[in-house]
Amino acid sequence: MPRITVTVDGIRYDEEVEPRLLLVHLLRDRLGRTGTPIGCDTGNCGACTVMLDGKSAKSCSVLAVQADGCDVVTIEGLATGDRWHPMQTAFHQEHALQCGYCTPGMIMAAIDLLAEDPDPSEEAIREGLEGNLCRCTGYCNIVRAVRRGAQAMNEASEVTTS
Amino acid sequence: MTEVGRARRRKEDARLVTGRTRWTDNIQLPGMLYVAFLRSPMAHARIIRVDTGAAAAQPGVVAVFSGRDFADEQGSLPCAWPVTEDLVVPDHPPMAVSEVRYVGEAVACVVATDRYKAADALSAIEIDYEPLPAVLDMTEALTEASPRVHEAGNKAFTWRFAGGDIEAAFDGAPVVVERTYVQQRLIPSAMEPRAVVATPDGEGFTVYSATQIPHILRVMLAMTTGIPEHRLRVVAPDVGGGFGSKLQVTAEEVLTLLITRRLGRPVKWTESRSEGNLTVHHGRDQLQRVAVAAELDGRIRGVKVDLLADMGAYLMLVTPGVPLLGAFMYNGIYKMDAYDFACTGVFTTKMPTDAYRGAGRPEATYALERLIDELAAEVGLDPLELRRRNWIKHEEFPYTTIAGLTYDSGNYEAATDRAMTLFGYDKLRAEQADRRDRRDPVQLGIGTSTYTEMCGLAPSRVLGSLAYGAGGWEHAGVRMLPTGKVEVVTGSTAHGQGHATAWSQIVADALGVPFDDVAVLHGDTAVASRGMDTYGSRSLTVGGIAVLQACEKVKEKARQVAAHMMEASADDVEYTAGAFRVRGTGTARTIQEIALAVFAAHDLPDGFEPALDADATYDPANFSFPHGTHLCAIEVDTETGASRIRSYVAVDDVGKVVNPLIVEGQVHGGLAQGIAQALFEEAVYDSEGNLLTTTMTDYLLPSAADLPEFVTDRTETPATSNPLGVKGVGEAGTIASTPAVVNAIVDALRPYGVHDVRMPCTPERVWRALNGGAA
Ligand code: FES
Ligand code: FES
Repeated sequence: MPRITVTVDGIRYDEEVEPRLLLVHLLRDRLGRTGTPIGCDTGNCGACTVMLDGKSAKSCSVLAVQADGCDVVTIEGLATGDRWHPMQTAFHQEHALQCGYCTPGMIMAAIDLLAEDPDPSEEAIREGLEGNLCRCTGYCNIVRAVRRGAQAMNEASEVTTS
Repeated sequence: MTEVGRARRRKEDARLVTGRTRWTDNIQLPGMLYVAFLRSPMAHARIIRVDTGAAAAQPGVVAVFSGRDFADEQGSLPCAWPVTEDLVVPDHPPMAVSEVRYVGEAVACVVATDRYKAADALSAIEIDYEPLPAVLDMTEALTEASPRVHEAGNKAFTWRFAGGDIEAAFDGAPVVVERTYVQQRLIPSAMEPRAVVATPDGEGFTVYSATQIPHILRVMLAMTTGIPEHRLRVVAPDVGGGFGSKLQVTAEEVLTLLITRRLGRPVKWTESRSEGNLTVHHGRDQLQRVAVAAELDGRIRGVKVDLLADMGAYLMLVTPGVPLLGAFMYNGIYKMDAYDFACTGVFTTKMPTDAYRGAGRPEATYALERLIDELAAEVGLDPLELRRRNWIKHEEFPYTTIAGLTYDSGNYEAATDRAMTLFGYDKLRAEQADRRDRRDPVQLGIGTSTYTEMCGLAPSRVLGSLAYGAGGWEHAGVRMLPTGKVEVVTGSTAHGQGHATAWSQIVADALGVPFDDVAVLHGDTAVASRGMDTYGSRSLTVGGIAVLQACEKVKEKARQVAAHMMEASADDVEYTAGAFRVRGTGTARTIQEIALAVFAAHDLPDGFEPALDADATYDPANFSFPHGTHLCAIEVDTETGASRIRSYVAVDDVGKVVNPLIVEGQVHGGLAQGIAQALFEEAVYDSEGNLLTTTMTDYLLPSAADLPEFVTDRTETPATSNPLGVKGVGEAGTIASTPAVVNAIVDALRPYGVHDVRMPCTPERVWRALNGGAA
C-alpha cells in the first residue's frame, strides 16, 4: 500500500492508504477530521471542499495519494485558537446557515473566491459559488456573508499592511 | 429589551461554522461494521434466486443477507395514516423477499469491516429476476387492462370531501374555467444524506439516525421489530436538513437495527447521493383536474378538484395523507358557495411518495393560484383585483371557510398593498404593456400568489377525525439548575431551524434569565423522552407554546417560594421586569436566587415539593394560518424560451415573530425550493421505470447563480389561537412561490395564446408552448 505524508490543519500524518481511498474518507474515517462532510458522489455539491496547498478542492474528487506532500486545511483548522476566521464570523452574523451541512464547503469556497477577487460583486459571488449547493438558505444570506467577510478581510489586511 | 422579537444570532452556529459537528456519519464505535445495500435494478420483478455465497467469501465481509434472512423478523414498514377504511395497505417488507416493485428497493446487503469492502462485495451477489410489467402512468394504472402493482389492484383509496352545493354553483355559471395541472415528482434533497448507526447498548439498542422524528421512529421501530420500546433509544444528532424527507421510518433504519441485533456489533450505513435519489421518498406527483365557476364580475361560485396522487409502490409513513393535507386548501383565502374535492391514490412501480416541504398544501395552492390567474384572464380582470373581490376581508375574521376550517386572523389587504408597493406593481405592468406593444422578443410576465396555509400540525382531535395514527401535541420540560441556569427539554427536534436560539429567547423573557444561560436539549429519546417531532411548521406554534407553558408553571412555583423568602403573601408577589416583586415595595427576588433556595430546600413553604422544574404538553385548539402575497417578475425570451427572474417580492404574515432573522431565513429557503419546482427540478423515470435523475448532475438543484436576490417583508397579524400569537413559517415560502413563478411565465406568454406551461418550465418547455407543441 502506498505511504503518504500529509499535513492536515497543521498536524503531519504518515499514512498507508489504499490507492483508491478518497481524501475525504482519509480525513473523516482515518484522521477523525469529521468537520468536512460529504453531500454527493458526483462532485456536484461542494460540501467536502477543503484547501489543498492554498487552493480550494473538493476532497471527494481527490485521492488521498494525490494529496501526498500537500498541506490540507479543513474547516476545523480555519480558526486561530478561539478567534474565528472573518468568513466564519460573517456566516454567523448574516445567518448564512441553517442546518450547516453545506457550511464548511461554502466557507472554504468563499475564501478561495476572495483570493482571486477580493471585492466581488453580488453576481461574481453567485457565479463563484456555483459549485456549492445549499438546500436551506436560498443563498441570499450566503451572498451577504461573503460580502461582509470580504470587507472584514480587506480591513484586516489594510491594518496589517499599514 | 425583550428577547422575543430580537434578531438574535443563532447559538447553534458556533459548532457548525467550526466543523465541530455531530453528523450521524461521524460516529465511529469500537468494532463497528459497515452495511451496503444491493438494490433492485428492475421496476417490477419476481425474485427467483439469490446467491450470496461468493460475496460472503470476499475479504473483510462479515455477513451477507437477503430478504429471506429477515423474513420472519423484519415486519412491514408502517403507514400511520390509513385515510379510508377500505385503504389498501400492501405488505412492505424492509428488504424485498419475493417481489420488487421499484428500482432501488433493497434486495440484499453486505456487512463488512469498512465501507469500501462492503461496497465491493455487492457485485458478487447473484440474483435472478423474472421481469414483471412496470406500471408508470397513473391514468393507465387505473384501467382494467393495466398490469397490477399489488394483487389488490392499483387503486389505494378514494377520499371525498365537499362543502356547499357544488352542482348549483356550476349549473348555469356564466364562467367556468377547467384546467389540468401536473405536479411533477420531486426529490427533497436534504444536503446531508441519510445515515444510520445502530449499536447494542446494555439491555437494548441505541439507534442514531439522520431523522426528523426520533420519537415517532422509536415507537415505530418497536412496533415493527417487536423490540420493546423501553429497550430502544433513538438519537437524532446534528441533522443536515430534512424538508419532510427525514419524516420517515425507513427500510434502512429497520434493517440496520436488525443487523446489529443479529451480529451483536455496532453497524453503520451511510447512503450515497445516487442511492438517496432512488430511495429517499419523493414528493408531490399529482395530476390535478380543477375547475372554477364564477360570475362575470369574477365572483367565485365554486371550486371542484379531482386528484390522482401517485403513491409509488407502497404506502410509507404518511403517504396517503399528503394529498389530504391539501384538501382543505383549494379554496385558499377566497369566499365561495361550494367546494368539492376528490382524491384517488394510485400505486405505480416507483419510489413511494411522502411529505416534502408543504406536503399537500403547495400542490393545492399551486392549482388554485394558477386557476385564479386563468379566471382573471377569462373575465378580463387584473389578477390582484380578482383576488381582492373574492378574498376574506380583514374585518371578517374569524372566518369559517367552505372547507370547514376557521381562520382565526389575517389581513390580506395589508400584505398585498405592501407587496405591490415594494414590487412597483403599476410600473412593471406599464413596462409589460410597453413590451407587448413593441413586440419585444423579451417579454415581461408578472406572477401573483396570495396564499394561505394551515400549519402548526395539529389539533390531536382533528388528526383523529382524519384517521391519522398519532396526536399533534408537543412536550417541553424546563429544569431550573441550582446556579440559576436553565435546561429546556423539547420534543420538537431541530435539523437546521434554530430551535435552541428561539426557545432560549422565549425562556429568557418568561423567566428573567439571560439568553446565554439557557441550554436546549432535544433529539435523544433518553433526554427528551416525549415528543411529536418536527414537520408541518409546528415547532414554534406547538412546541414553542409548550415551552412557554412549562415556564409559566416554573414561575408559579417560584412565586410561592419568593413570597416565602420575602415574608409576603403569594397574592402580593408579581413577576415584572424579570424578577418576583412584592407589589408596592422595592423587595424582589430573582429566579436565580429562588433556584438556589429551592436546591438547598432548607426553608421552603410548608408542603412545597423542592423543585421548580415543570413539564407541559400542549395540544393546539386550532391550526394556524400564515398568509402572504408574493409577486414575481420574469423576463421570458420568446426566441429561446429562457426565462430570468427579475424581481421577487414576498410579504408574509406569520403572526408574531420570535426571531426575525430566523423567519427571513426560512422564507428565503422556502422560496428557493418553490422556485426550483417551478423552473428546475423533476424526478424523471424512463419507460421501463428506471430513475434517470439519480445524481445532482441530472436532478437540477439550484445554485446561487440560478436564483435572484429576494425582497422580503412582513405584516404582523397575530394568531389569536395561541398565547405568543405565532403562526409558523417553515413551509410558507415553498407554498407561495411555485404558482407566483409559473403565473409570471404564463402571464408573459398570454399574448401568444399560451395558457399553461408544465413544470419545470425549462427553456425547452417554454419554447414548445410558444411554438404550439405540447408544453
Ligand atoms: S461531496 Fe464532494 S462535491 Fe459533493
Ligand atoms: S445550511 Fe443546510 S444545506 Fe446549507
